[in-house]
Amino acid sequence: MALVKFSGIGIKSVSATVPKNIVETSKLLDYHSEKHLTSFIETTGVKERRIADKDMCSSDLCYDAAINLFNESDIKTEEVGALIFISQTPDYRVPGTSIIMQDRLKLSKSTLAFDVNMTCSGYIYGLFLAYSLANLHGVDNVLLLVGETLSKITSKRDKSTGLLLGDGGSATLISKGDKYGDSFFSLNTDGSSYESVIVPSGGFRNMSSEESLADKQDEEGNIRNDEQIRMDGMDVFSFAVSKIPKDIKRLLDFAGKDINDFDRFVFHQANKYMMKVIGKKAKLDASKMLFSIEKYGNTSGVSIPLTIADQKAHLQNNDLLLLNGIGAGFSWGSAILNFVDCTVLNVNEL
Amino acid sequence: MELKEFIQLFAEQFDDTAVELFTSKTEFKKLDEWDSLTALSVIAMIDEEMEKRITGADIRNSNTIEDLFNVANS
Repeated sequence: MALVKFSGIGIKSVSATVPKNIVETSKLLDYHSEKHLTSFIETTGVKERRIADKDMCSSDLCYDAAINLFNESDIKTEEVGALIFISQTPDYRVPGTSIIMQDRLKLSKSTLAFDVNMTCSGYIYGLFLAYSLANLHGVDNVLLLVGETLSKITSKRDKSTGLLLGDGGSATLISKGDKYGDSFFSLNTDGSSYESVIVPSGGFRNMSSEESLADKQDEEGNIRNDEQIRMDGMDVFSFAVSKIPKDIKRLLDFAGKDINDFDRFVFHQANKYMMKVIGKKAKLDASKMLFSIEKYGNTSGVSIPLTIADQKAHLQNNDLLLLNGIGAGFSWGSAILNFVDCTVLNVNEL
Repeated sequence: MELKEFIQLFAEQFDDTAVELFTSKTEFKKLDEWDSLTALSVIAMIDEEMEKRITGADIRNSNTIEDLFNVANS
């Protein structure tokens, strides 16, 4: 397990954009039974999600979030030294979307830019990478874009992902500044369970074919093809409730903090019941947890910045935050951050 | 943990199912109340009480409460 400390690096601003199109869970009776929908809403908390239309990519949502962020920031685009784009739904296989975004956003041609393929732990890993780069002499500001349009690789007739996953994009600006104090990260990986959340075909292990695009029904009645995402929700849940409270404890010990020191807990919006069980096991004050899953579903790596933007009224200057995310692989991480002079924009619709 | 205590804890995860329906031979996935929430509640209970991580495959491969107890105890 990687335990890392940074000093004098922090989040300067956060913005998030979601598609205008709202899909209400309770109305999906063409695909699922009323009993299943009721149970699903009760368990996950997902009442509605935002779904991108055919022509809208993750990068479009991130672009909108970034433009809004620069419009409200005293940092100019030419002052950005590095750009990180994190997504499982990039524009193309080649080139990386971050490269295209440098030009779309009119960033300097000396910008360091790269893509990262990560799922629901993506924001924690993205922050870690951004903090690492901002820690370097010569890089003062890092733009972290995390976006997903997972609806494009999700079957509506999947009883789990077809009701859970939502689309969105975010932009976060990470900068140097003594006022930010110390930040702490814990980052973890266990690839032995990589099949628990997977798109089995369409990559280079199992390339796209007529067969991979054919719908199949599994023993639980889910209908999807092999180029659509599948998730063993029970595996994810059991792994998360087993590992995350321990990860939080280790990070607290490393940082010399107590769980009662925190003002707010912003966890990846995986599933409301799962977040509550993790919170209870971590012995944290549940009233300090922020939720946005009811409105947006599980937006993978976007969910933490989207929750910060959606719940900004519940955040105050100088709050001490604990963030946590877990995703496919499994990959998981936690972060302790000081929320200092951070500009958070309202969630925008595109 | 003894099987009797496991059955009692298993039953506590259900709100509307009569407690006498829970025995070692109960095929839990056939209970009307078995759904995603009760499944996750049972996984959380086993994690909390027995410090054992149950996978989705463990649930799928178990028919009776005793089957699941044996997996959790292994």
